[in-house]
Amino acid sequence: MKLLAELVLLSLTTILANNYVLVKFLGICPFLGVSKKVGTAVGMSVAVTFVMTVASVVTYFVQILLDAAGIGYMQTVAFILVIAVLVQLVEMAIQKFSPSLYGALGIYLPLITTNCAVLGVALLNVQEGFDFVHTLVYSFSAGLSFMLAIVLFAGVRERLETADIPKYLQGFPIALVTAGLLALAFLGFSGMKF
Amino acid sequence: MSNLKELTKGILKENPIFVQFLGMCATLAVSTSVINGLGMGLSTMVVLVASNIIISLLRNFIPNKVRIAAYIIVIAGCVTAVEMALKAFLPEISKSLGIFIPLIVVNCIILGRAEAFASKNGVVKSALDGIGMGLGFTLALCILGTIREILGNGTFLGIELFGAGFQPATIMILPPGAFIVLGCVLAVINIISAKKERGEKQ
Repeated sequence: MKLLAELVLLSLTTILANNYVLVKFLGICPFLGVSKKVGTAVGMSVAVTFVMTVASVVTYFVQILLDAAGIGYMQTVAFILVIAVLVQLVEMAIQKFSPSLYGALGIYLPLITTNCAVLGVALLNVQEGFDFVHTLVYSFSAGLSFMLAIVLFAGVRERLETADIPKYLQGFPIALVTAGLLALAFLGFSGMKF
Repeated sequence: MSNLKELTKGILKENPIFVQFLGMCATLAVSTSVINGLGMGLSTMVVLVASNIIISLLRNFIPNKVRIAAYIIVIAGCVTAVEMALKAFLPEISKSLGIFIPLIVVNCIILGRAEAFASKNGVVKSALDGIGMGLGFTLALCILGTIREILGNGTFLGIELFGAGFQPATIMILPPGAFIVLGCVLAVINIISAKKERGEKQ
Protein backbone atom coordinates (compact mmCIF):
# COMPACT_ATOMS: atom_id res chain seq x y z
CA MET A 1 0.00 0.00 0.00
CA LYS A 2 2.81 2.34 0.90
CA LEU A 3 4.55 1.62 -2.39
CA LEU A 4 1.36 2.34 -4.32
CA ALA A 5 0.89 5.71 -2.64
CA GLU A 6 4.51 6.55 -3.34
CA LEU A 7 4.13 5.69 -7.02
CA VAL A 8 0.97 7.77 -7.38
CA LEU A 9 2.75 10.73 -5.79
CA LEU A 10 5.79 10.26 -8.05
CA SER A 11 3.51 10.20 -11.07
CA LEU A 12 1.59 13.33 -10.05
CA THR A 13 4.76 15.25 -9.27
CA THR A 14 6.21 14.35 -12.65
CA ILE A 15 3.10 15.33 -14.57
CA LEU A 16 2.25 18.58 -12.79
CA ALA A 17 4.97 20.06 -10.59
CA ASN A 18 7.93 18.89 -12.65
CA ASN A 19 6.29 18.96 -16.07
CA TYR A 20 8.83 17.73 -18.57
CA VAL A 21 8.24 20.38 -21.19
CA LEU A 22 7.21 23.47 -19.27
CA VAL A 23 9.38 23.15 -16.17
CA LYS A 24 12.30 20.94 -17.17
CA PHE A 25 12.62 22.14 -20.79
CA LEU A 26 12.92 18.67 -22.30
CA GLY A 27 11.33 18.00 -25.67
CA ILE A 28 10.89 21.63 -26.67
CA CYS A 29 11.49 20.98 -30.38
CA PRO A 30 8.42 18.78 -30.98
CA PHE A 31 6.52 20.92 -28.47
CA LEU A 32 6.96 23.94 -30.74
CA GLY A 33 7.05 22.03 -34.03
CA VAL A 34 4.11 19.60 -33.84
CA SER A 35 1.64 21.71 -31.88
CA LYS A 36 -0.28 23.47 -34.63
CA LYS A 37 -3.24 21.03 -34.50
CA VAL A 38 -4.65 19.10 -31.55
CA GLY A 39 -4.98 15.92 -33.61
CA THR A 40 -1.34 15.60 -34.60
CA ALA A 41 -0.30 16.67 -31.12
CA VAL A 42 -2.22 13.73 -29.62
CA GLY A 43 -0.75 11.26 -32.15
CA MET A 44 2.76 12.52 -31.59
CA SER A 45 2.54 12.40 -27.81
CA VAL A 46 1.12 8.85 -27.83
CA ALA A 47 4.08 7.71 -29.93
CA VAL A 48 6.52 9.58 -27.67
CA THR A 49 4.99 8.13 -24.51
CA PHE A 50 5.26 4.63 -25.92
CA VAL A 51 8.88 5.02 -27.03
CA MET A 52 9.77 6.69 -23.74
CA THR A 53 8.36 3.88 -21.62
CA VAL A 54 9.89 1.06 -23.67
CA ALA A 55 13.23 2.88 -23.99
CA SER A 56 13.44 3.39 -20.23
CA VAL A 57 12.74 -0.29 -19.56
CA VAL A 58 15.39 -1.40 -22.07
CA THR A 59 17.98 1.14 -20.92
CA TYR A 60 17.38 0.02 -17.33
CA PHE A 61 18.76 -3.39 -18.26
CA VAL A 62 21.44 -1.91 -20.54
CA GLN A 63 22.73 0.10 -17.59
CA ILE A 64 22.97 -3.08 -15.48
CA LEU A 65 24.99 -4.69 -18.29
CA LEU A 66 27.24 -1.63 -18.64
CA ASP A 67 27.87 -1.52 -14.90
CA ALA A 68 28.66 -5.23 -14.86
CA ALA A 69 31.19 -4.68 -17.65
CA GLY A 70 32.63 -1.66 -15.79
CA ILE A 71 31.99 0.79 -18.63
CA GLY A 72 29.26 2.92 -17.07
CA TYR A 73 30.67 6.00 -18.82
CA MET A 74 29.50 4.64 -22.18
CA GLN A 75 25.95 5.38 -21.00
CA THR A 76 25.16 8.17 -23.45
CA VAL A 77 26.44 6.31 -26.50
CA ALA A 78 24.66 3.07 -25.57
CA PHE A 79 21.37 4.78 -24.71
CA ILE A 80 21.11 6.79 -27.90
CA LEU A 81 21.76 3.62 -29.91
CA VAL A 82 19.01 1.77 -28.05
CA ILE A 83 16.60 4.64 -28.65
CA ALA A 84 17.45 4.88 -32.35
CA VAL A 85 16.89 1.14 -32.83
CA LEU A 86 13.63 1.24 -30.87
CA VAL A 87 12.24 4.13 -32.88
CA GLN A 88 13.08 2.23 -36.06
CA LEU A 89 11.28 -0.87 -34.73
CA VAL A 90 8.23 1.13 -33.65
CA GLU A 91 8.14 2.75 -37.05
CA MET A 92 8.20 -0.63 -38.80
CA ALA A 93 5.56 -2.06 -36.46
CA ILE A 94 3.17 0.85 -36.96
CA GLN A 95 3.70 0.71 -40.72
CA LYS A 96 2.81 -3.00 -40.73
CA PHE A 97 -0.13 -3.06 -38.34
CA SER A 98 -1.71 0.37 -38.74
CA PRO A 99 -0.89 2.05 -42.05
CA SER A 100 -3.40 4.83 -41.38
CA LEU A 101 -1.70 5.90 -38.14
CA TYR A 102 1.65 5.64 -39.92
CA GLY A 103 0.42 8.01 -42.59
CA ALA A 104 -0.85 10.48 -40.01
CA LEU A 105 2.40 10.59 -38.03
CA GLY A 106 4.61 10.62 -41.10
CA ILE A 107 7.91 12.35 -40.61
CA TYR A 108 7.37 12.88 -36.89
CA LEU A 109 8.15 9.26 -36.12
CA PRO A 110 11.88 9.18 -36.96
CA LEU A 111 12.22 12.56 -35.25
CA ILE A 112 11.46 10.94 -31.89
CA THR A 113 15.09 9.74 -31.87
CA THR A 114 16.30 13.29 -31.44
CA ASN A 115 13.61 14.18 -28.90
CA CYS A 116 15.71 15.08 -25.91
CA ALA A 117 12.91 14.11 -23.52
CA VAL A 118 13.38 10.43 -24.41
CA LEU A 119 17.13 10.38 -23.75
CA GLY A 120 16.55 12.69 -20.79
CA VAL A 121 14.17 10.26 -19.09
CA ALA A 122 16.54 7.35 -19.63
CA LEU A 123 19.46 9.30 -18.13
CA LEU A 124 17.43 10.69 -15.22
CA ASN A 125 16.21 7.19 -14.29
CA VAL A 126 19.81 6.13 -13.78
CA GLN A 127 20.77 9.37 -12.05
CA GLU A 128 17.91 9.07 -9.55
CA GLY A 129 18.77 5.45 -8.90
CA PHE A 130 15.21 4.22 -9.52
CA ASP A 131 14.41 0.51 -9.30
CA PHE A 132 12.46 -1.24 -12.05
CA VAL A 133 8.93 -0.33 -10.88
CA HIS A 134 9.84 3.32 -10.28
CA THR A 135 11.54 3.48 -13.69
CA LEU A 136 8.38 2.21 -15.35
CA VAL A 137 6.05 4.61 -13.54
CA TYR A 138 8.38 7.58 -13.87
CA SER A 139 8.92 7.25 -17.61
CA PHE A 140 5.23 6.65 -18.31
CA SER A 141 4.33 9.76 -16.30
CA ALA A 142 6.99 11.73 -18.14
CA GLY A 143 5.27 10.76 -21.38
CA LEU A 144 1.91 11.84 -19.96
CA SER A 145 3.37 15.17 -18.86
CA PHE A 146 4.61 15.72 -22.42
CA MET A 147 1.15 14.86 -23.69
CA LEU A 148 -0.59 17.24 -21.28
CA ALA A 149 1.68 20.15 -22.20
CA ILE A 150 1.60 19.68 -25.97
CA VAL A 151 -2.18 19.10 -26.18
CA LEU A 152 -2.93 22.18 -24.05
CA PHE A 153 -0.52 24.23 -26.13
CA ALA A 154 -2.00 22.99 -29.42
CA GLY A 155 -5.45 24.01 -28.20
CA VAL A 156 -4.22 27.53 -27.49
CA ARG A 157 -2.39 27.73 -30.82
CA GLU A 158 -5.48 26.76 -32.81
CA ARG A 159 -7.16 29.83 -31.34
CA LEU A 160 -4.10 32.00 -32.00
CA GLU A 161 -4.51 31.31 -35.73
CA THR A 162 -7.54 33.58 -35.86
CA ALA A 163 -6.36 36.12 -33.29
CA ASP A 164 -5.24 39.61 -34.19
CA ILE A 165 -1.53 39.63 -33.38
CA PRO A 166 0.95 42.51 -33.86
CA LYS A 167 2.95 41.96 -37.04
CA TYR A 168 6.35 41.44 -35.45
CA LEU A 169 5.04 38.97 -32.88
CA GLN A 170 3.39 36.67 -35.41
CA GLY A 171 4.50 33.06 -35.64
CA PHE A 172 7.30 31.94 -33.39
CA PRO A 173 7.56 34.88 -30.92
CA ILE A 174 3.89 34.75 -29.91
CA ALA A 175 4.07 30.97 -29.60
CA LEU A 176 6.97 31.33 -27.16
CA VAL A 177 5.22 34.00 -25.10
CA THR A 178 2.12 31.77 -24.99
CA ALA A 179 4.26 28.87 -23.80
CA GLY A 180 5.65 31.20 -21.15
CA LEU A 181 2.16 31.96 -19.84
CA LEU A 182 1.38 28.24 -19.85
CA ALA A 183 4.57 27.61 -17.89
CA LEU A 184 3.48 30.32 -15.46
CA ALA A 185 0.27 28.37 -14.82
CA PHE A 186 2.26 25.20 -14.17
CA LEU A 187 4.50 27.11 -11.77
CA GLY A 188 1.48 27.20 -9.50
CA PHE A 189 1.87 23.46 -8.96
CA SER A 190 5.43 23.79 -7.74
CA GLY A 191 4.20 24.29 -4.18
CA MET A 192 2.99 20.69 -4.16
CA LYS A 193 6.33 18.87 -4.15
CA PHE A 194 5.74 15.63 -2.33
CA MET B 1 37.46 34.85 -48.62
CA SER B 2 34.94 32.04 -48.86
CA ASN B 3 36.53 30.42 -45.81
CA LEU B 4 35.93 33.58 -43.82
CA LYS B 5 32.31 33.49 -44.94
CA GLU B 6 31.90 29.95 -43.59
CA LEU B 7 33.13 31.24 -40.25
CA THR B 8 31.00 34.37 -39.98
CA LYS B 9 27.70 33.15 -41.43
CA GLY B 10 26.81 31.21 -38.27
CA ILE B 11 27.24 34.20 -36.00
CA LEU B 12 24.51 36.48 -37.32
CA LYS B 13 23.11 35.62 -40.74
CA GLU B 14 22.38 31.96 -40.02
CA ASN B 15 22.40 32.14 -36.23
CA PRO B 16 21.28 28.71 -35.05
CA ILE B 17 18.89 29.98 -32.37
CA PHE B 18 17.59 33.33 -33.61
CA VAL B 19 17.27 32.43 -37.29
CA GLN B 20 17.13 28.63 -37.58
CA PHE B 21 15.32 27.92 -34.27
CA LEU B 22 17.51 24.88 -33.52
CA GLY B 23 18.57 23.58 -30.14
CA MET B 24 15.74 25.18 -28.19
CA CYS B 25 15.78 22.84 -25.17
CA ALA B 26 19.30 23.67 -24.10
CA THR B 27 18.78 27.34 -24.93
CA LEU B 28 15.76 27.77 -22.71
CA ALA B 29 17.04 25.62 -19.87
CA VAL B 30 20.56 26.91 -19.30
CA SER B 31 20.22 30.62 -20.09
CA THR B 32 19.47 31.47 -16.45
CA SER B 33 22.82 33.25 -16.07
CA VAL B 34 25.64 34.45 -18.29
CA ILE B 35 28.14 31.96 -16.95
CA ASN B 36 25.83 29.00 -17.56
CA GLY B 37 25.13 30.20 -21.09
CA LEU B 38 28.84 30.60 -21.76
CA GLY B 39 29.65 27.12 -20.41
CA MET B 40 26.92 25.47 -22.43
CA GLY B 41 27.75 27.44 -25.58
CA LEU B 42 31.44 26.59 -25.46
CA SER B 43 30.85 22.89 -24.68
CA THR B 44 28.46 22.68 -27.62
CA MET B 45 31.01 24.44 -29.81
CA VAL B 46 33.75 21.96 -28.92
CA VAL B 47 31.46 19.03 -29.75
CA LEU B 48 30.30 20.72 -32.94
CA VAL B 49 33.83 21.37 -34.21
CA ALA B 50 35.07 17.87 -33.28
CA SER B 51 32.08 16.08 -34.82
CA ASN B 52 32.20 18.26 -37.95
CA ILE B 53 35.90 17.43 -38.46
CA ILE B 54 35.46 13.68 -37.89
CA ILE B 55 32.36 13.42 -40.08
CA SER B 56 33.99 15.46 -42.81
CA LEU B 57 37.01 13.12 -42.75
CA LEU B 58 34.77 10.07 -42.88
CA ARG B 59 32.29 11.43 -45.40
CA ASN B 60 33.52 9.18 -48.21
CA PHE B 61 33.50 6.01 -46.08
CA ILE B 62 30.08 6.20 -44.42
CA PRO B 63 27.42 4.39 -46.47
CA ASN B 64 24.52 6.67 -47.28
CA LYS B 65 21.87 4.42 -45.75
CA VAL B 66 23.29 4.31 -42.23
CA ARG B 67 24.71 7.82 -42.20
CA ILE B 68 22.41 9.24 -39.51
CA ALA B 69 23.21 6.39 -37.13
CA ALA B 70 26.93 6.81 -37.85
CA TYR B 71 26.72 10.57 -37.21
CA ILE B 72 24.92 10.03 -33.91
CA ILE B 73 27.61 7.62 -32.71
CA VAL B 74 30.39 10.08 -33.62
CA ILE B 75 28.53 12.88 -31.84
CA ALA B 76 27.81 10.73 -28.78
CA GLY B 77 31.50 9.86 -28.54
CA CYS B 78 32.51 13.54 -28.65
CA VAL B 79 29.87 14.44 -26.06
CA THR B 80 31.05 11.72 -23.68
CA ALA B 81 34.61 13.06 -23.92
CA VAL B 82 33.48 16.63 -23.22
CA GLU B 83 31.29 15.46 -20.35
CA MET B 84 34.19 13.66 -18.67
CA ALA B 85 36.53 16.61 -19.21
CA LEU B 86 34.03 19.04 -17.66
CA LYS B 87 33.50 16.77 -14.68
CA ALA B 88 37.25 16.61 -14.12
CA PHE B 89 38.25 20.25 -14.69
CA LEU B 90 35.13 22.39 -14.16
CA PRO B 91 32.99 20.42 -11.69
CA GLU B 92 30.87 23.45 -10.76
CA ILE B 93 29.78 24.18 -14.32
CA SER B 94 29.21 20.49 -14.87
CA LYS B 95 26.92 20.41 -11.84
CA SER B 96 24.87 23.47 -12.80
CA LEU B 97 24.38 22.30 -16.39
CA GLY B 98 23.56 18.79 -15.16
CA ILE B 99 21.66 16.57 -17.55
CA PHE B 100 21.95 19.07 -20.40
CA ILE B 101 25.59 18.13 -21.01
CA PRO B 102 24.83 14.54 -22.12
CA LEU B 103 21.79 15.91 -23.92
CA ILE B 104 24.07 17.80 -26.33
CA VAL B 105 23.88 14.50 -28.26
CA VAL B 106 20.32 15.23 -29.30
CA ASN B 107 20.89 18.95 -29.92
CA CYS B 108 19.53 19.45 -33.43
CA ILE B 109 22.24 21.99 -34.29
CA ILE B 110 24.96 19.34 -34.26
CA LEU B 111 23.17 16.67 -36.27
CA GLY B 112 21.86 19.42 -38.54
CA ARG B 113 25.34 20.72 -39.37
CA ALA B 114 26.67 17.17 -39.82
CA GLU B 115 23.94 16.37 -42.32
CA ALA B 116 23.74 19.73 -44.07
CA PHE B 117 27.40 20.77 -44.12
CA ALA B 118 30.12 18.42 -42.88
CA SER B 119 28.96 15.49 -45.01
CA LYS B 120 29.43 17.56 -48.16
CA ASN B 121 32.45 19.78 -47.47
CA GLY B 122 36.16 19.52 -46.75
CA VAL B 123 37.79 19.39 -43.33
CA VAL B 124 38.89 23.03 -43.07
CA LYS B 125 35.54 24.42 -44.16
CA SER B 126 33.68 22.06 -41.82
CA ALA B 127 35.84 23.08 -38.88
CA LEU B 128 35.26 26.78 -39.63
CA ASP B 129 31.54 26.14 -40.01
CA GLY B 130 31.54 24.42 -36.62
CA ILE B 131 33.37 27.33 -34.97
CA GLY B 132 31.01 29.88 -36.55
CA MET B 133 27.84 28.03 -35.59
CA GLY B 134 29.25 27.41 -32.11
CA LEU B 135 30.02 31.11 -31.68
CA GLY B 136 26.54 32.05 -32.89
CA PHE B 137 25.00 29.63 -30.40
CA THR B 138 27.20 30.95 -27.58
CA LEU B 139 26.37 34.56 -28.48
CA ALA B 140 22.64 33.88 -28.42
CA LEU B 141 22.90 32.04 -25.10
CA CYS B 142 24.91 34.91 -23.60
CA ILE B 143 22.38 37.52 -24.76
CA LEU B 144 19.52 35.57 -23.20
CA GLY B 145 21.60 34.84 -20.11
CA THR B 146 22.46 38.52 -19.68
CA ILE B 147 18.85 39.67 -19.92
CA ARG B 148 17.58 36.98 -17.58
CA GLU B 149 20.37 37.39 -15.02
CA ILE B 150 20.06 41.19 -14.85
CA LEU B 151 16.26 41.21 -14.61
CA GLY B 152 15.84 38.11 -12.49
CA ASN B 153 18.79 38.38 -10.16
CA GLY B 154 20.07 41.94 -10.46
CA THR B 155 23.57 40.69 -11.24
CA PHE B 156 25.89 40.32 -14.23
CA LEU B 157 28.44 37.48 -14.05
CA GLY B 158 27.66 37.35 -10.32
CA ILE B 159 28.47 41.06 -9.74
CA GLU B 160 25.75 43.07 -7.99
CA LEU B 161 24.56 45.80 -10.37
CA PHE B 162 21.94 47.68 -8.42
CA GLY B 163 21.62 48.99 -4.87
CA ALA B 164 19.84 47.18 -2.08
CA GLY B 165 16.56 48.82 -3.10
CA PHE B 166 16.34 46.75 -6.31
CA GLN B 167 13.70 44.04 -6.29
CA PRO B 168 14.69 41.39 -8.84
CA ALA B 169 11.86 39.88 -10.90
CA THR B 170 12.51 36.28 -9.92
CA ILE B 171 10.11 35.08 -12.60
CA MET B 172 12.82 35.82 -15.20
CA ILE B 173 15.12 33.07 -13.97
CA LEU B 174 12.22 30.64 -13.54
CA PRO B 175 10.97 28.60 -16.53
CA PRO B 176 8.24 31.03 -17.74
CA GLY B 177 10.84 33.82 -18.00
CA ALA B 178 12.85 31.75 -20.47
CA PHE B 179 9.96 31.47 -22.92
CA ILE B 180 8.88 35.09 -22.55
CA VAL B 181 12.40 36.57 -22.90
CA LEU B 182 13.17 34.47 -25.99
CA GLY B 183 9.80 35.43 -27.53
CA CYS B 184 10.48 39.13 -26.95
CA VAL B 185 14.06 38.92 -28.26
CA LEU B 186 12.79 37.23 -31.45
CA ALA B 187 10.18 39.97 -31.88
CA VAL B 188 12.88 42.66 -31.50
CA ILE B 189 15.01 40.85 -34.10
CA ASN B 190 11.99 40.80 -36.45
CA ILE B 191 11.63 44.58 -36.04
CA ILE B 192 15.34 45.19 -36.68
CA SER B 193 15.49 43.02 -39.78
CA ALA B 194 12.28 44.56 -41.16
CA LYS B 195 13.76 48.04 -40.68
CA LYS B 196 16.96 46.95 -42.40
CA GLU B 197 15.00 45.58 -45.35
CA ARG B 198 13.06 48.79 -45.69
CA GLY B 199 16.31 50.76 -45.57
CA GLU B 200 17.79 48.63 -48.34
CA LYS B 201 14.76 49.09 -50.56
CA GLN B 202 14.88 52.89 -50.42
